[in-house]
Amino acid sequence: MPRKLVVVGNGMAAGRALDELLSRVPDAYSVTVFGAEPRVNYNRIMLSPVLSGEKTYEDILIHDDAWYASNRIDLRCGVAINHIDREAKQVVGADGSVTDYDALLLATGSSPFILPVPGANLPGVVSFRDLDDVEAMLASTRKGGRAVVIGGGLLGLEAAAGLAVQGMDVTVVHLTPTLMERQLDPSAGYLLQRAMEQRGVTIRCGANTQAILGDARVSGVRLDDGEELPADLVVMAIGIRPNAGLARAAGLQVNRGVLVGDDMRTSDPDIFAVGECVEHGGVCYGLVAPLYDMAKVAAARLGGDATARFSGALTATRLKVTGVDLFSAGDFDDGGDRQEVVLRDVARGVYKRVVLKEDRVVGVVLYGDTADGSWFFDLLRRGADVSQMRDTLIHGQSFAVGAPMDPVAAVAALPDDVEICGCNGVCKGKIVQTITGEGLTSLADVRAHTKASASCGACTGLVEKLMALTLGTAFAPATVEPMCGCTDLGHDEARRLIRAGALKSIPAVMQELGWKTSGGCARCRPALNYYLLCDWPEEYEDDARSRYVNERVHANIQKDGTYSVVPRMWGGLTNPRELRAIADVAERYDIPTVKVTGGQRIDLLGVRKEDLPAVWADLNRAGMVSGHAYAKGLRTVKTCVGSDWCRFGTQDSTGLGVRIEKFMWGSWTPAKVKMGVSGCPRNCAEATCKDVGVICVDSGFEIHFAGAAGLHIKGTQLLTRTATEVECIEVIAALTQLYREQGRYLERMYKWADRVGVDAIRAAVVDDAGRRTSLFERFVVSQRKAQVDPWAERAGGRDAHEFTPMANLKLLEAAE
Amino acid sequence: MTEWIDVGLITDIPVQGSRVIAGPAGDIAVFRTANGSVFALRDRCPHKGGPLSEGMVHGNAVTCPLHNWVISLETGQAQGADQGCAGKIPVRIEGERILLAASALHRYAA
Repeated sequence: MPRKLVVVGNGMAAGRALDELLSRVPDAYSVTVFGAEPRVNYNRIMLSPVLSGEKTYEDILIHDDAWYASNRIDLRCGVAINHIDREAKQVVGADGSVTDYDALLLATGSSPFILPVPGANLPGVVSFRDLDDVEAMLASTRKGGRAVVIGGGLLGLEAAAGLAVQGMDVTVVHLTPTLMERQLDPSAGYLLQRAMEQRGVTIRCGANTQAILGDARVSGVRLDDGEELPADLVVMAIGIRPNAGLARAAGLQVNRGVLVGDDMRTSDPDIFAVGECVEHGGVCYGLVAPLYDMAKVAAARLGGDATARFSGALTATRLKVTGVDLFSAGDFDDGGDRQEVVLRDVARGVYKRVVLKEDRVVGVVLYGDTADGSWFFDLLRRGADVSQMRDTLIHGQSFAVGAPMDPVAAVAALPDDVEICGCNGVCKGKIVQTITGEGLTSLADVRAHTKASASCGACTGLVEKLMALTLGTAFAPATVEPMCGCTDLGHDEARRLIRAGALKSIPAVMQELGWKTSGGCARCRPALNYYLLCDWPEEYEDDARSRYVNERVHANIQKDGTYSVVPRMWGGLTNPRELRAIADVAERYDIPTVKVTGGQRIDLLGVRKEDLPAVWADLNRAGMVSGHAYAKGLRTVKTCVGSDWCRFGTQDSTGLGVRIEKFMWGSWTPAKVKMGVSGCPRNCAEATCKDVGVICVDSGFEIHFAGAAGLHIKGTQLLTRTATEVECIEVIAALTQLYREQGRYLERMYKWADRVGVDAIRAAVVDDAGRRTSLFERFVVSQRKAQVDPWAERAGGRDAHEFTPMANLKLLEAAE
Repeated sequence: MTEWIDVGLITDIPVQGSRVIAGPAGDIAVFRTANGSVFALRDRCPHKGGPLSEGMVHGNAVTCPLHNWVISLETGQAQGADQGCAGKIPVRIEGERILLAASALHRYAA
């Protein structure tokens, strides 16, 4: 009979403790986890890249639902614990549930400290602590405007950089004269301030917040000198406070945090505590590495190891702002017994400072070049005597230990006990042993087995070098297929960096992301053009030169260099006037072939290029517009006659098809999108092999998607059912927008769905009403500029150069 | 001595684009690259005769719109593993004007 373990809190410390426990004694406990956040376990230190758009929530998940299920852990998301009854050994949840425990692990974390000033609880004032905060910030960034971040420490600066990247006008208000004064000396603080200012962030050091202004919502911040800074969003990032209330109420010994011994036990031996809620040796920790150490010790003790001890930790800090390299560890107060070595290279923006005490490193700050961070931190941790290498110490490892080395040789020279991954406390020897012992060959495997580089990822390069060193030629680092030969970036990375860096033109992308060719190629240019169009619908101007010819001239090139022209027939409906106009056009321009297409419209084949504008003008006059039969975009919405005519029809399928087509035409997508609406399950419109298909039923509308009937034959999957047409159209638009944002260029909807998973798509566009609404709204915004008939533009003279020769020299022959 | 024929202004061609010259022995595609160079090739891909003037111009190459062969603008030769050559027409630039070698216009009869 396993013992009962209850874990209160589901943050990073709790997640790690469970990992460690399961790897030691998988069957010793039956585990129940209470998490106050309505989510599974995610990597909180990666919230900054989520805010800046460089990562998504899915990227930072640590344990998903399946992990809890497969480890038979009872996870109660969104349930806070209100009370611990130590007599009865029970916890009482906010939902009224009572749960017995044999051992209890408290991992209640910390809360952001909120300045006790007037207005601190106004709507629009947020902290930077969990995913809800990030989502609130991202919601604000969509409206643009001004943000004030109170606090110029690690979190505040990461928040400021993220908000600036998302397009807000950001000011950081910081109490002391320089930024990050706890980790940085004033010189490095100044360099950091300059780098932040170059990112468009205004820094106000030595500024004290007196009040937050606003009536129904925040409107600004008043400083104690009377100055008022206007703000649509205020982020408080001035520190954290351990959540020790539950422990205090239960009568456990609490100071600033829950007091624990080296064995991570609280004053009640059956109750352990780990993470930010803990105070150990007079210190409360807020960085991840010591929290993981605590988790390890607690798990060892729970698993019966009576020797594991936590003896405090030195911590190192890295700022996660893309393009700003900053590393700091130890302490660097001035003191008579201390000496310092400083290197300053103003032109390169490099600053290094090492603080020594009795020939030992006690503090290190690296700015601009942090490659030696691990090496210095190791000297610091070991208390190594550096008197022998003091002359070259500041130049880092390669100088201090001999001639300059190539990067792999430098890694080879590191001792086995040097820490590679600061977040997870993994040293070189452990990584090398695991690679050889387990026969690992991929970075993902090394992360899974050792956790090295699995948290903040800053040491990924070092881990890869270690793999190269250990595996030799067996190590193939590239795991992502590049977009094309012009770049090493995959589609997803390129796209994230476009968003994160607010890159808004193809030259900007190629410059900032280091394209290896001067002008790209026929593979990457159309993809980038699409990504930019999709991500910046209101600003980006389409680049015709990065379009395939079909999309440039709005017709389909045929094998003889003539074109085919397909006018739109909404939902497959036409009328005598349109048919007459088509017949007239076919005769007037000697169009050799007229054919009915599979998408319920009419194809005019064999049109000479120079005739295209005149053909379009004639069709436009009869009220017809481009059918986009050539586009990576919405093609057709095929319908049946539905309840208007059919004795089986349950709904107005034709009308719905027309409404969908009129709403969605003109939208560009990663690859073509074909739709169908059938009026009953007999499915005459063949909706279940389309990218999106609707089957009408008596009670409403079944929305299917991810079908195909081309190179591959694939039936659709049911996405959801809706009762009304309005909801049906909203879901379809949200689905299409999600595909537009996540699909790789030329990746059909069914391939995208295979890649990201139908459940994830359903969660986004069906289960999460807020996300559906914002996807829908983004689709609507992009349609404003997209719904312009390209034929009318070109019949009106646009791009005339496309359709006429520059010169006619045919008479030359006769003249000679 | 080569006879040169004025076919128009450099600015008649979009940057990274192409225009067609209707020639006595078939169409000629005149290309303008991102860095301002001008090249002329017979407007027929050596593969299946696709109109190179409709392809995407990148660096000093064009990708055929029909089957994505990449053709060097400098030599007319297919790049990579593909084999074939689209005839190259000598180009001279005088000020802003583009001149093509008259003799070459007749050379590539269909």
